Amino acid sequence: MSLTNEQIQTKLIEKFGEQVSNFSEPYGMLTFEAPKELNLKVLQFLYDDETLKFRFLTDLQAVHYPNDKARPNDPVGWGRELAVVYHLHNLVDNVRIRFKVFTDINTPDVFTATQLYATANWMERETYDFFGVNFVGHPNLKRILNVDEMDYFPLRKEYPLEDQTRIDKDDEMFGRGGSIN
Amino acid sequence: MSRPVQFNINSKPVDYNGHISIVGAPEGSGGEGFFATKLSEVVGLARKNSIWPLPFATSCCGIEFMATMGSHYDLSRFGSERVAFTPRQCDLLMVMGTIAKKMGPVLKQVYLQMAEPRWVIAVGACASSGGIFDTYSVLQGIDQVIPVDVYVPGCPPRPEAILDGFMKVQELVGQESLRRRNSEHYKALLESYGIQ
Repeated sequence: MSLTNEQIQTKLIEKFGEQVSNFSEPYGMLTFEAPKELNLKVLQFLYDDETLKFRFLTDLQAVHYPNDKARPNDPVGWGRELAVVYHLHNLVDNVRIRFKVFTDINTPDVFTATQLYATANWMERETYDFFGVNFVGHPNLKRILNVDEMDYFPLRKEYPLEDQTRIDKDDEMFGRGGSIN
Repeated sequence: MSRPVQFNINSKPVDYNGHISIVGAPEGSGGEGFFATKLSEVVGLARKNSIWPLPFATSCCGIEFMATMGSHYDLSRFGSERVAFTPRQCDLLMVMGTIAKKMGPVLKQVYLQMAEPRWVIAVGACASSGGIFDTYSVLQGIDQVIPVDVYVPGCPPRPEAILDGFMKVQELVGQESLRRRNSEHYKALLESYGIQ
């Protein structure tokens, strides 16, 4: 009898109660979220449990939701602008799940998963490089793919894709400003 | 016991009649056992027909270069029989492919290690101008870090186009003045790139 999404969901709720929330199944892949303080506990539980056995970290990245800014009257815990997404895989039963933690963009501190998964090392460096998520406890958190001197986090939505040093691009042809617009 | 040969059984006499091309002699006056010409012509002739390229192949244009080096579009018939990956012994730096901003200083270092006279050919759109990748991480043309002699456009350029660019480099090499590398103009060019 193979592992189903309902079984995973019941096991998570019986262990963590109300703290795991937002269960959904886009394209059949169970997705849930938890507060960022619990991310290591949830990952450890998914790793250790003998029926769940999610022992392979497929991917770790972040998503920037610029419309979910924390409002000034709400407590800091509300901030949901930056999401760190973990994709885990159970190699024995061939089941994948997605686990999200949300964090405020002004204090993007998330505990590092490098103690549990060695692959998280470079993946977290990449997430830091492009989104600025500060992984607390990471052994070597510095830029990995971009130039070391870069002072901004390129994949955040406020920054444009194009290289800003070009002076010869014809804005009209690219639909930006120019005399036709 | 081997099968009998089925080709070239009745061989025809080969008629070359101008189908072989030999490098022409430079202008000069000659006679019985001597030939007088300018030194720069002879040196240019020797250099242009024995260019040893350094393929700095990064991405897709590198694959087209591999096709150019193959037997169909043979690059070695132009004299570049020995393609080495060491800058110390090569004349021509062929930059083929997308160069990221992180790779820029590495490319400059490779260029600095080459001995004069050295030429640079930028193969493909990405090396010439950043190509289709106008992003925060791609160098918008290698001429931001090193001086380039010939640009070969294309994405990727066909092997014939790469050979055409190579032949233009040959023209440049053949007609280069022997004093060019010590001239003020050249020194100013290198200064503008920050190369001493």
